[in-house]
Amino acid sequence: MHTENTAPGGRVSATAAAWAGGCAAWLAAASALAYEPASAAPGRINDPAAGWDHLWHEVIVDITIIGVIFALVMAWFLWRYRARKPGEVGTQSKLSPAAVIGWAVIPTFIFMADDFYLAANGWKLWNDYRDVPADRMEVKLESGMYSWDYTYANGVRTQNVLRVPAGKPVMLRMTSRDTLHSHFIPDFRVKEDSMPGRVTYLWFYPKAPGEHVVSCAEYCGVMHSYMAGKIIVMPEGEFKTWLDQEVAKLAPADKAVDKSAEKTADKPANPPV
Amino acid sequence: MSFNIKEWIFTTDHKRVGVLYLIGSIAAFGVAGIAAMLMRIELSTLGPTITTNPTQYNVWLYAHGAVMILGFQIPALTGFFANYCIPLMIGAKDVAFPRVNALSVWLFYVGIILALLTFVVPDPPDVMWTGYPPYSTITTGNTALYSFTVLVLGFASIIGGVNFLTTVAYMRAPGLKWSNLNIFVWCTLGAFVLQLIFVPVLGTAVTLISFDKYLGTHFFDPSRGGDVLTYQNLFWFYSHPAVYVIFLPFIGVVYEIVATFAKNRVFNHKVVLWGGIGGIVILSGEVWVHHLYVSGMADWIRIGQMVTTLLISIPVGLLVISLAGTLYKGSITFETPMLYALGVLFLFLIGGLTGIPLALTSLTLHLSDTYYVVGHFHYVMAVAGTFAIFGGVYYWFPKITGRMYNERWGKIGFWLTFVGVNIVFWIMMTVGVKGMPRRYYDYSAFPQFESAHQWMTLGAAILGVGFLIAVANWIIGAMKGAPAGDNPWRSQSLEWTTVSPPPHGNWPSPPSVDPDWTPYSYERR
Repeated sequence: MHTENTAPGGRVSATAAAWAGGCAAWLAAASALAYEPASAAPGRINDPAAGWDHLWHEVIVDITIIGVIFALVMAWFLWRYRARKPGEVGTQSKLSPAAVIGWAVIPTFIFMADDFYLAANGWKLWNDYRDVPADRMEVKLESGMYSWDYTYANGVRTQNVLRVPAGKPVMLRMTSRDTLHSHFIPDFRVKEDSMPGRVTYLWFYPKAPGEHVVSCAEYCGVMHSYMAGKIIVMPEGEFKTWLDQEVAKLAPADKAVDKSAEKTADKPANPPV
Repeated sequence: MSFNIKEWIFTTDHKRVGVLYLIGSIAAFGVAGIAAMLMRIELSTLGPTITTNPTQYNVWLYAHGAVMILGFQIPALTGFFANYCIPLMIGAKDVAFPRVNALSVWLFYVGIILALLTFVVPDPPDVMWTGYPPYSTITTGNTALYSFTVLVLGFASIIGGVNFLTTVAYMRAPGLKWSNLNIFVWCTLGAFVLQLIFVPVLGTAVTLISFDKYLGTHFFDPSRGGDVLTYQNLFWFYSHPAVYVIFLPFIGVVYEIVATFAKNRVFNHKVVLWGGIGGIVILSGEVWVHHLYVSGMADWIRIGQMVTTLLISIPVGLLVISLAGTLYKGSITFETPMLYALGVLFLFLIGGLTGIPLALTSLTLHLSDTYYVVGHFHYVMAVAGTFAIFGGVYYWFPKITGRMYNERWGKIGFWLTFVGVNIVFWIMMTVGVKGMPRRYYDYSAFPQFESAHQWMTLGAAILGVGFLIAVANWIIGAMKGAPAGDNPWRSQSLEWTTVSPPPHGNWPSPPSVDPDWTPYSYERR
């Protein structure tokens, strides 16, 4: 007849449950307090790419700790409880009702606390990604098989190369003329699909001059992998000179065409903010 | 053992139906695996390597994804394991509707043949396993073949689900309570409940893209009032639960193996049933939007489903704790099935934890549609599931054939595969974080990843050899392995109480169990 060690196991687990529940509630409250609505102070811009790197680091540390703890415990069990002689069986006793509840409630609270903590941080960064700074440059993007077609506010158009000034947030309002595409800029840690019939947006914050790869991240057809582009970040003065040259190149007739094209592309979008 | 082909084709015996499922799904695994190898060879150099035609690569990619999921994992887990094990585990003579069961395996073979036609027909489907419109409605590829394959396999799965829910409800051995059923049985029932609820949604989605393409409707065509996002919502409303249709049975297989080789009771059995399995079934339908974080969905729902997605960690965490706890105070031996089960735990730990960044909408804006996602879901579902299937086949091999496989070669095969998958998918996640997009025939825009791709190709070759050794081991073992005896693992579970291989009808006289019996009561003398 096998005996159950209800009393001691039960008491310990109930106490532990109370402790862990309290800690979890505290963690949840602390993470809720840590959360602040992401209204950046006026004049200050929260760069989502920097925020991404920060949160990624935080999450990697978090999951590495959990993973290493689990792996070590399991490895230790495997070594400690290896069979010593043939015919042996395990000797784990049945859990007391309190232990059953403890072993369900404590891990649940711990996981939940971690989940809410991560969710609060993830939400904060999400707000940075979706709240576009008011002082920005807007460019329209129409994607198609297989090119990225950018249209600046003044009607200048470029294909597959987007030139932007350093130090100014850039917002793309995107749509597609055929299949799904996804404008992915790995260096700025951002992508969003473009699709026919809807307008989506993304923004990024190019701080220093340089070149950045643009690639298509949503399967769009046979030549999907060749749908690459480039973002060239230029010093502000150089950018202005380049843009003026391009405007000058626009013939009056082209300008008229551009105006009408702008009208049709200007559908009511998900307004940012 | 005399062999009569007609007896096998027209069989209604659940064990033979199960073995037919196994043979078909392993064949599908081979084909999809070859497609994966071809892709890896193609990617081993920048630019064209073995084909100059991107369409050819996309067809391999389509075939690899669609066949691995619809032709290998789901049929192996809910076809083979469910068919072979559930009636034996509940002490039944057969399933409730043996002829419906035979119909489901025939349909499965029709589905496999449809899927294999991909390699034969002109203009094969090139829509990826997701089949997103508008591409799937304007491509010259054969979208209808994709729709029909999905519909046929889905139908096979639905009638299988009805059959097994009825079987477990009405055909349990006298004295066998619901709470004392094997965890594998519970897991599989959970998977079938999900199939019954969600497969019709997938059927709707793929039917509508064929309507759009061939009958001129405009469900997904915005120029005529349709909406492209509707398809993605319908598709993932099924296909996220489908992940758990794969996950639940495979974790069930792992439970059977771990409990048997630790000779131990399952830690916190009740919480596994209600918190773990029940929690996953309930949460599985509320997280699909995490596949659409970059698709342009409304912000509020992306945030809401970030929270539900994170909460999935609770039932999954309870299951992992219970599996670790089952080792506690056990008496553990390390035969091949146990190695595979422990391999699943390791792979699943990595795969599950690397899913947490992907649950966060903001991190996903960078990670989505990169190799990070591909690496993550291969760890958590594809490879962990395949390891569980291979471990399960090894585990029940003596029961199925009455013979023993070769232990030494089993272990060699395991270690090769284990090393191979970690090379491939670990590197895959690291290049994904650095920005390598998925579904690329040519990564000329990212020349810095060429050596990483070569390492992945090497890893793929190693794991391929490991899988080949395992399959060869089974074939040779089935033909001339040593007699295994009825219960070589000294398991307490009901399927080991009959002879190996079990006769038609499973038991000479129907078994019954004591009310306090459980499949894991090892400490009772």
